[in-house]
Amino acid sequence: MNLFKFSSPQTFYSLAGKLAPAFGVIAAVLAAIGLYISFFVAPTDAVQGEVYRIIFIHVPAAWMSMVIYLAMAFWSAIGLGLGTRVSFYMSKALAPTGALFCFLALWTGALWGRPTWGTYWAWDARMTSQLLLLFLYFGHIALTNAIEDARRADKAGAIIALVGAVNIPVIYFSVKWWNTLHQGSSINLTKISVVNTMLIGMLIMALAAWAYSIAVALVRVRSIILERERRTEWAGVEIAAQGGRA
Amino acid sequence: MNWDSLSAFIDMGGRGAFVWGSYGVTLALIVAELWTLSQRRRDTLRRLSRLQQLNGDELNGNDSQSS
Repeated sequence: MNLFKFSSPQTFYSLAGKLAPAFGVIAAVLAAIGLYISFFVAPTDAVQGEVYRIIFIHVPAAWMSMVIYLAMAFWSAIGLGLGTRVSFYMSKALAPTGALFCFLALWTGALWGRPTWGTYWAWDARMTSQLLLLFLYFGHIALTNAIEDARRADKAGAIIALVGAVNIPVIYFSVKWWNTLHQGSSINLTKISVVNTMLIGMLIMALAAWAYSIAVALVRVRSIILERERRTEWAGVEIAAQGGRA
Repeated sequence: MNWDSLSAFIDMGGRGAFVWGSYGVTLALIVAELWTLSQRRRDTLRRLSRLQQLNGDELNGNDSQSS
């Protein structure tokens, strides 16, 4: 298989159109199963009671916010290295969804922190670096939209994505490096400190978040591709065919 | 089964506001994202097709784009 074929905006546009609905269906099915486990299978927590059920959104959202930023950095590196326009389009298409999950991680963390720690917010290392991630997302979105020259906007966005990626290991290891308020991770490669059904629920919700993010980014990238490639012949044909129905 | 009744489910052991505040905002934002996404696709197509028509008119009635 020739991967470079997919770096053609035209090929990627139609591929994205085919894949997005499939990922959307996968996301919906996984979310339904995950929510069922979250509320009806996973037992009440011995220490925290029911409020711990926020974990089924909080942890997947936090993971997703980091994974999406790394994906943006990955596409940016490919784009800068190989000069493939589609890579920059993907990076741009991922940013709003990454910001959404980043906000949700902070929001659900605040609502979980209040009853368990007694505070919505603290300038703890984990929380502060996660807040910085939200600003990096906003910065990326604002910068790429503000620069008139599309090619320069791509490059500026790629630099924010690559430089900002340094923050991701800081978030991940913050609970180890600094002993502040946020608890250590419940899951790592050597030990797992949650019961099985909780873990399974969390993983299924995380997979749902992955599928959702892919679906949404693929739909968004199609608009970006049309916008940016509007002067090419194939895009002109597509706009003429779809534009009348919009 | 964790819940004896619907009200116990909603109450979440007295922490309903925190639990449903988390799930509710998540759901609301996902719905909002899906809605803006569909709007964006529609707006992009409308705008680009309008632009295409204007450019077509400039080229002396070259209306190869219209069906």
